[in-house]
Amino acid sequence: MADTAGWRERAEETALLWALVAIVAILSLLPLARLLFEGVAPGGRFSTAALTSVLSSATTWTAARHSIATACGGTVLAVLIGATVAVLVGLTDIRGRNAFVFCFVLPLMIAPQVVALAWLQLFGPSSTLLKMIGLAPAMGSRNPLYSAEGIILLLGVQYAPLVFLTLRAGLRTLPQELLEAGLAAGAKPLTILRTIVLPLMTPPLVAGIALCFVSCLGNFGIPAFLGIPGNYLVLPTLIYQRLAGLGPSVLSEVAVLSCLIGFIAVLGIFLQDLMLRRRDFRITTTSNAMRPFELARWRPAVEIALWILTIIVLVLPLIALLLSSLVPAVGVPLTMQSATWSNYDYVLFDHAAAKRAFVNSFSLSATAAVAIVLVAVPLAYFLVWRRSRLLRLLNLVTEMPYALPGVVLAIAAILLFLKPLPVLGLTLYNTVWIILFGYLARFLVLGLRPVIGGYYQLDRTLEEAAQIAGARLLRRLTTIILPLVAPMAIAGALLVFLTAFNELTVSALLWSSGAETLGVVVFSFQQGGDSTYAAALAMLTVAVTIALMLSTLLTGKPARGVLPWRG
Amino acid sequence: MARLIVDRVTKTFGAFRALDEVSLDVSDGEFMAILGASGCGKTTLLRQIAGFDKLDGGRIVIGDSVVSTVARHVPPERRRIGIVFQSYALWPHMTVAENVAYGLTVAGVRDPERARRVEAALALVELKGYAARRPSQLSGGQRQRVALARCLVTEPSLVLLDEPLANLDVHLRASMEDEFARFHARTGTTMVYITHDQAEAMALADRIAVMDSGRLLQVATPSQLYREPADATVAAFIGEGIVVPAEVVEVDGRGRCRVDLFGLSVGMRCAPAQRPTPAARACLRAGNLAIVGAGAAGIGARVVRAVYQGGHFRIEAQLDHADGVLVHLTAAEPCRLAPGDAIRLAIDDGWVLPASDESVAVAATPPGVRRRPDDDAAATGADR
Repeated sequence: MADTAGWRERAEETALLWALVAIVAILSLLPLARLLFEGVAPGGRFSTAALTSVLSSATTWTAARHSIATACGGTVLAVLIGATVAVLVGLTDIRGRNAFVFCFVLPLMIAPQVVALAWLQLFGPSSTLLKMIGLAPAMGSRNPLYSAEGIILLLGVQYAPLVFLTLRAGLRTLPQELLEAGLAAGAKPLTILRTIVLPLMTPPLVAGIALCFVSCLGNFGIPAFLGIPGNYLVLPTLIYQRLAGLGPSVLSEVAVLSCLIGFIAVLGIFLQDLMLRRRDFRITTTSNAMRPFELARWRPAVEIALWILTIIVLVLPLIALLLSSLVPAVGVPLTMQSATWSNYDYVLFDHAAAKRAFVNSFSLSATAAVAIVLVAVPLAYFLVWRRSRLLRLLNLVTEMPYALPGVVLAIAAILLFLKPLPVLGLTLYNTVWIILFGYLARFLVLGLRPVIGGYYQLDRTLEEAAQIAGARLLRRLTTIILPLVAPMAIAGALLVFLTAFNELTVSALLWSSGAETLGVVVFSFQQGGDSTYAAALAMLTVAVTIALMLSTLLTGKPARGVLPWRG
Repeated sequence: MARLIVDRVTKTFGAFRALDEVSLDVSDGEFMAILGASGCGKTTLLRQIAGFDKLDGGRIVIGDSVVSTVARHVPPERRRIGIVFQSYALWPHMTVAENVAYGLTVAGVRDPERARRVEAALALVELKGYAARRPSQLSGGQRQRVALARCLVTEPSLVLLDEPLANLDVHLRASMEDEFARFHARTGTTMVYITHDQAEAMALADRIAVMDSGRLLQVATPSQLYREPADATVAAFIGEGIVVPAEVVEVDGRGRCRVDLFGLSVGMRCAPAQRPTPAARACLRAGNLAIVGAGAAGIGARVVRAVYQGGHFRIEAQLDHADGVLVHLTAAEPCRLAPGDAIRLAIDDGWVLPASDESVAVAATPPGVRRRPDDDAAATGADR
C-alpha cells in the first residue's frame, strides 16, 4: 500500500504527458532534425557536396539577397503602417473603431496569393478596373508590381496588421495612471507618446518587427505571383522552382536552401532577443485600460485618412479582383453585357481539380483545426500549470515550425515521408496526408496560444476543487477544464481553420494530383494565364473567410484579444 | 472525521523556507484556526495538507493513513478531504445542484441516492430552492454556502477552509461566522481554518495556531493565546500587546511573580517554571495601563498621539525611560491630553514571556483533554 498510493493518478498523468511529448516531437522536432540531417548527410551518407554546390552557386546568394531585401523592406513598410494605425486606434478617440480594425486586419487573414492576385488585377495593362475608367496602361506594357518594389509593397500591406496586433495588445496593458501621471506633470499628449508610450511599447514593437520579418521571409504567395514572372527569385520561390522543375532528385540541394532560409529567420529572432535583453519594462501596476486621447478638431481628418488607407489596401484590390472574376476572358472590357458568372460556374462545377480543392481544403483545414485543439487543451494544461524543464523545452519546440518559413517545414515533410513509413509500409508522399501533417505541425502553435491564454485567465482553484472532489486528470479535463476554455479553444480552432484554408506555402510543395488545395489551384490558374478563373476562385475563398470572420462577431462570448479582427 | 497530524513539515522554494519544521496535531472533531499575516506560510501549509504540493521534509497523517512524506504522496483526489476556497471556486458552467453533485458523480454515486444527498446538503446550508441556479445568479454569501455544501456532500474526513470570509463584506461576515460555528457543532467535522483575521479566529476556533515566516509560533486556545503569548512576536501580533523589558525579582512557582518594570514593582502572571532573571520581557495589554495622578506609583511617559475613536481616546505614549518604549492605552471621554503632555501610568497586570518559545508552545493541549503533570515531558518527547 505504502508505495502504491496514487499510482493510478500518476500513471494517467504520466501517460498523457508523454503522449503529448511524443506528438509534439513528431510534429515539430522530427521534421527539422530530418532536414538538418539531410543538409550534412544527403541520402544518408555524410557529404559536403550538396552543401558546397549550393553555397557556391551565385543563384543561391542572389535569392538570399533578394529574400533579405524584400523581407527588410516589407518589414519597414509594415512597421510604418502598423505602428501608426495602432497608436491611432489604441490611444485616440476615433469612431467606428471595431469596423476599422476588422477591415484593417482582413488582409492578414486573406491568403497572400489572393492579395497578390487582387493587386495584380488593380494595376497592369489587363486590369478590368483600370480599363473601365480608361486608365489602363497600353497592352504589352509591364505590370509595375512585377518587381522588388511590388513585392515589398504587398508584404508591407499584408503584414502591417501583425505589427498592429502586437502593438495594440501591448497598448492594452498600458495603465491609465502612467499617462495621467505624465499629463499631471505637464506633458502634452505628443510628448507623452514619445517619452512614455513608445519606450514602454518597445518589447511588443520589437516582437512585432521580428514576427513580421520572419513572416515576410517565409512568404511564398507574394513573391511567387510577383517575382517569378520577372525572374526575381527569393529563397522560397527558388526552392519551389528547383523542386517543381527537377523533382525529388534535388532534395539535398533544396534541403540546404531550406536550412539557409531557416538560419536567416533564426538570426532575426536572435536579434530580437538581443534587443530586448537588458530591457525590463514590465508594467507593475494593474488598473483599468486607459482613456483615449481626444483628437478634437483633428478627429474627422484622422478618421478619413484611416478609411482612405483601408480603401487603398483592401477595398480597391478586392474590387479589382471581383471585376476580373466577372469578365469572360482576360483583356475583355467589363460591361453590363459582358459580365458573366461563367468563371464561377467553371471553378465550382466544371473544373475537376478546383472542385476537389474545395473538398480538400475544407476537410484538411477542419481536421487540422479539430485535431490541434484536441491536442492543445491537454498540452496547455501541462504548459501552464505544471512547470518543469521538459515543459519549457516543449513550449519552445511547438513554436519552431511556425516561426520558421513554411517551405522549410514542407521540405522537411517531403524528406520525412518520401519513402514509405518504416514498419507500417504506408506512403504518405503524394497523398493528402502529407499536407495534413504539414498543417498540424505548422499551425499547432496557432491553436495552442489562445488556449494557453484561456488557461491564464482561469482560476486554478476551479480545477483544484474538482481534484479535491476526487476527479482524476482526464475527468477534470473533460468535465471542468474543457467547458471553461471552450471559447478560447473555438477561437484557436477558427484561427487554424482560416489560416490553413488560405495557405499556399506548405501545399505548393506537398500537393499532388488529387490532393490539390485551393491555394494550389489559384496558383496554377494564374501561372497558366487563366487569371479570370483564378480571380473567381480567389473571390470565393475571400467570401468564405469574411463570412467566417463575421460569424464570430454575431455569436458567442467575446474572447477578447484572441481573434485578431475583434475589437 | 479524522485526526490530522502535521509532523515537522518543511517546504522550500529555492533558498526560501516557506515552511520550517511545522508540527501540528489537530484532534478528531476539532476546529483549528491557522492565523498569520500574508506570506507567513499558512496557505503553503494548507496546500501541503490538501496535497497540491509535495513536501521537502516531515510527514502528514490524516486519520490512519500517511498521506505525505518525501517518498510518498497521495494525490489530492484520493485524500477524501473537503476545501472551501477563498474564491469559492464554483464551476460557472454548472448549476448549484451540479456543483454540489460533482463529487458524488465522481465517486460513482448515482441517482436517486445522489439527488437525495445533494438535496440534503443544500438543505443543510439553507439553499433548498436554489438548485437550478447558476453561481453567477447568487450573492456572495450564497456562493459561500454552495461551496460549503459542495465540500460536505461527500462527507470528507477533514475540511480545510482557506480564508472563506475574506471576500465578503463586514455584515455578511458576522452571520457567516455564526453559520460556520453552528455548522461545526452540527457535523462535528474536523476543520482547519486559514485566516489572517484574529477576531475571526478567536470567535470560531477551539485552538489557534499562530504562524510567522514559515514557523509555527504557538498553538493554544484563543484565551491562552491572548493571556499567555509564547513569545514577543505572538504577543505583539495578538491583540496588539506591548512588549517591555522587565526584571523578574521573585517567583512563587505557581504562576505568579513580582516584576521590576523601570523601577515600578508589578505583580504579574508567568509560567510555573519561570525563574528569577534580570533580563526578561513582559507583555502588557492596553487594559493593564491606567493614567494616575502625579503622586501615585507609576511610570512617567509623554503623550505622542491622541486619537479619538468614538467614546474614548486611544493614547499613544513614549515611556520616559531611556528605551523610549511606545505604549498605547485607552482613555475615557472627556480627555484633554495632547501630544507632548507628561502623564504617569500605573500597571496592574502583565504576562512574563517565557525565556524560550517551547515551554508554552507544547503546554497547549486541545480543550477537554485532561492533562497530567508529566504530559508535558511526554509531549516534548513526541514533538521534537
